[in-house]
Amino acid sequence: MDRPLRLIPGDALDRLARTLEALLVIASAPLSVDELAEAADDDPERVEPALRLLGERFAEERSGIVLEHVAGGWAFRASREEADACARLFERPAQRNLSPAALETLAIVAYTGPCSRPDIARIRGVAADSAVANLVERGLIAEAGRDSAAGGAVRYRTTPLFERVFGLESLSELPRLEDVGADAREIRDRLHVVAEKRSA
Amino acid sequence: MSGGAGFAGGGAGVSVQELELDLDAFEGPFDLLLALVLKEELDLRDVDLAGIVTAFLERLAEREELDLEACGEFLVLIAALLELKARALFPDETAELAELEPEEAAEELARRLAEYRRAKEAAVWLRDRLAGEGDRFFRLGPAPLAPKVETPLAPQDPDALARMLRALAQEPPDVSLAHMALRFPPVSQFLERFRSVLRGRTRFDFDTEVGGLNRLEQASAFLAVLELRRAGELTLEQAAPFAPIRVKRATLEASPAKPAAPGQKTAAPAAPPWQENTAQEERNDSWTVRSA
Repeated sequence: MDRPLRLIPGDALDRLARTLEALLVIASAPLSVDELAEAADDDPERVEPALRLLGERFAEERSGIVLEHVAGGWAFRASREEADACARLFERPAQRNLSPAALETLAIVAYTGPCSRPDIARIRGVAADSAVANLVERGLIAEAGRDSAAGGAVRYRTTPLFERVFGLESLSELPRLEDVGADAREIRDRLHVVAEKRSA
Repeated sequence: MSGGAGFAGGGAGVSVQELELDLDAFEGPFDLLLALVLKEELDLRDVDLAGIVTAFLERLAEREELDLEACGEFLVLIAALLELKARALFPDETAELAELEPEEAAEELARRLAEYRRAKEAAVWLRDRLAGEGDRFFRLGPAPLAPKVETPLAPQDPDALARMLRALAQEPPDVSLAHMALRFPPVSQFLERFRSVLRGRTRFDFDTEVGGLNRLEQASAFLAVLELRRAGELTLEQAAPFAPIRVKRATLEASPAKPAAPGQKTAAPAAPPWQENTAQEERNDSWTVRSA
């Protein structure tokens, strides 16, 4: 007996952790605790400690696979250390070459969504059609009903993939934005510099 | 921007037309942008006018002197572009804004500007976040999870299902195949039997003789009796229909059937008329209900 005796509950937890491990390795999207519990045919209260067990096992610098809590669920991903190797073999079409216009549109949808293309155009001051189409194609935003007005425009919201790509547990993790203040001050300062140069 | 003394005058001014622009939607000199917009080959809604203003101001700052003519020209052009763009962006809201008091309109514009700045800020945050999270690789599937299938069935009674299954699971009763195997015992067997009976006695009662046999055997036995009579080995008597059949040894001894010994039936009697021309032995062995 070179291993200490384990309590029976620990054994059962280990068994459940193995089941969760199997579910997570198959999944192509994060799985919620409820989904895991249903699939494992077990209690959500027991799934959480089992996930913690897996989290210790699959952690950065300990394993090539890392368990993360993202987009409202749990998912496996490659460890950051292995990113270079992954990049040599795999493409990440969702986030490759996101243009400033696309990022701006994405930000508007993430913060104010669900919102329509006219809404986005109103805020950005430029038409959003191509940026929206591009983001839909990437799977970062998706249609979410229509404006309530008759013949209302299609509205968009961000997808779980958006949260996953940006490593967010949920949209509430987005930072609160400062009011115009800082930005406006910076512009004013720039103008002052210009003016001072001139008067010098 | 009230130009102080000494700023007016010639020198290499800022040419608005040659102002080089580097915008999302357009890259090149300002006059080309204007031409494209006027020819409607470039959608003004896609053009970042603030970027043009910034570029112009930065170009101005590089100069030692203020080119008033260029500034005036630029103001006229950019104001026109702004109005065009505003009309393009908010075709329905021109009236709405016009109805507002100047102060309210300014507030409304400021509100929109603030909103835009926040969006810009958020975009920068997202860009930085992406840069920080760029080394996270994960599996992607085209369809993350199949949608749960809503079962369209009304609630079912499991007991009823069990009852049905139990009924279906029962072994069906064996179907009788007896009729398929129905075979007449060979007539030859009775030929021999009756011959030996008649060797001991001169007569016997048919019904008594076959009394213990089943219907098929009785039928074969009757055929044997008819056969023997045809060969002239016996005679039959029946007083009335359904009366007992009496079988009597033929008095004539010189019958051709006489030498026929069991198993050696070379001199078998000719086939009876109802048996066509086939050999009698075969038929005797293989009579079935159908062929009978």
